[in-house]
Amino acid sequence: MSFDVQRIRKDFPILSRTVHGKPLAFLDSAASAQKPQCVIDAIAELYQRDYANVHRGVHELSLRSTRALEDARAKVAHFLGARDPREIVFVRNTTEAINLVARSFGDTVLGPGDEVLLTEMEHHSNIVPWQMLCERRGARLRVAPIDDRGALPLDAFEALLGARTKLVAVAHVSNVLGTINPIAEIAALCRSRGAALLVDGAQAVPHQRVDVGALGCDFYAFSGHKLFGPTGVGVLWGRAERLAGMPPLYGGGGMIASVRFEKTLYAGVPTRFEAGTPDISGAVGLGAAIDYLEAIGMQNVERYEQELLAYATDALERVPGLRLFGRAPHKAAVFAFEVEGVHPHDVGTILDSEGVAVRAGHHCAQPLMDRFGVPAMVRASLALYNTRADVDQLVRALARVREVFA
Amino acid sequence: MSELRELYQSVILDHNRSPRNRGPVPGANRRAEGHNPLCGDHVVVQARVADDRIEAVGFEGRGCAISTASASLMTEAVKGRSSAEVEKLFEEFRQLVTSDPTREAPVGGLGKLAVFSGVREFPLRVKCATLCWHALQAALEGRSEVSTE
Repeated sequence: MSFDVQRIRKDFPILSRTVHGKPLAFLDSAASAQKPQCVIDAIAELYQRDYANVHRGVHELSLRSTRALEDARAKVAHFLGARDPREIVFVRNTTEAINLVARSFGDTVLGPGDEVLLTEMEHHSNIVPWQMLCERRGARLRVAPIDDRGALPLDAFEALLGARTKLVAVAHVSNVLGTINPIAEIAALCRSRGAALLVDGAQAVPHQRVDVGALGCDFYAFSGHKLFGPTGVGVLWGRAERLAGMPPLYGGGGMIASVRFEKTLYAGVPTRFEAGTPDISGAVGLGAAIDYLEAIGMQNVERYEQELLAYATDALERVPGLRLFGRAPHKAAVFAFEVEGVHPHDVGTILDSEGVAVRAGHHCAQPLMDRFGVPAMVRASLALYNTRADVDQLVRALARVREVFA
Repeated sequence: MSELRELYQSVILDHNRSPRNRGPVPGANRRAEGHNPLCGDHVVVQARVADDRIEAVGFEGRGCAISTASASLMTEAVKGRSSAEVEKLFEEFRQLVTSDPTREAPVGGLGKLAVFSGVREFPLRVKCATLCWHALQAALEGRSEVSTE
């Protein structure tokens, strides 16, 4: 199937609106992506026709909702190349998925003196839960450095991977620099040292095909809302053998086999990790987003975005006074930059007045800001619905920044 | 576009380019740090106070044009004032930057600080303009840290 971006844009109703009287150039998809009509419809249709609480219902609507939820789980499993839908745990978002692993897996596996290895490019959500874990267990946090282009040199990473490293947590794609990390190589290193590997996939799944089997990691986490699905639902994929040994994080309804005051028996995987009524419509919306992407084909999305990446890199390099931060050889269409002499917030405000939506700030990656010696950066992040025209609008708006601050 | 010009008035751009009273204050006896956790902006305000009068005041830190110019103009505006006067001025300033942009700006006794009336059109930038004031207020009250969150 050929990739027709104009047809795709029509699927996203919000993209046709104007902002401050200008056409919207939405370049903030790394924060949260816009939703296609089919996702909006799937959620509405669930509530209009099939909604009731899931599991153990004896009536038709409960059965339908349960099926819809489990269908969504199967779609996620297929999308990630998981062997079994039972390896898919529905959570709220990437943050909750990582915290679940830090608690249920980390607390079980880590002892005093053990180590957790991260990289310098991690999002706060892939730093803070590990710091908290290390504090609880008397363990040590190690950080693998990145180079000036924003790539992760594997020799330095490997040197930090020691006998005490029990867990490694790495972003698949950096939310700031766009760097695509070599997960398969990292996973092989981790396996050879007996360390478990968690991959923060929040910024990868919207841009490329992901196959957890081929990657060889132990856990893979992402958020539905960055994958064109609704907010409030996220996914933790865990290798069945890993999940099987993990105690539940939350106790409550839905996660039990039987409850007696003397002793409660927990349900199996993934039910054990899904206490309370789940985000049923969120999961259904995420399932619809995955159907949408599968119909387009993630390889097609990736090929298109890589073309757009080359076009935008070239265009931004020619903007006077603009410094691009992420220059890794393998990267996604995310552009972190600064404009000489103008604070990122001022850049963001002026771009907004031209209808260009970007993000300015530390992007929940303060250690990375420190690494580059800046308090903040401007970030333009692209997705499958962006065009060369969006990039051109950004470049014109950047000229406006220089006018105001001349 | 005029809204943007209204925000980035030449006085603001000038104070951003060449901030006044930037740097440590000799003999300072009041000091507080202000953080805006949303954007990572950070300002340190120092003052030398005698008999409830601000004899000298200065700021350090990195921020956007609005926060830098606000700190610069604030230091000029509060020199020689008492803590009660600073309190009143801050209240007027806060009312100015959060007032209804469709009405006339309540510039009252704000003098030069009236150049911040353009912030009214940009609610996301109000915290940039008020961060230094929060820090100064904290310093005068003997608190050492303040956050906009």
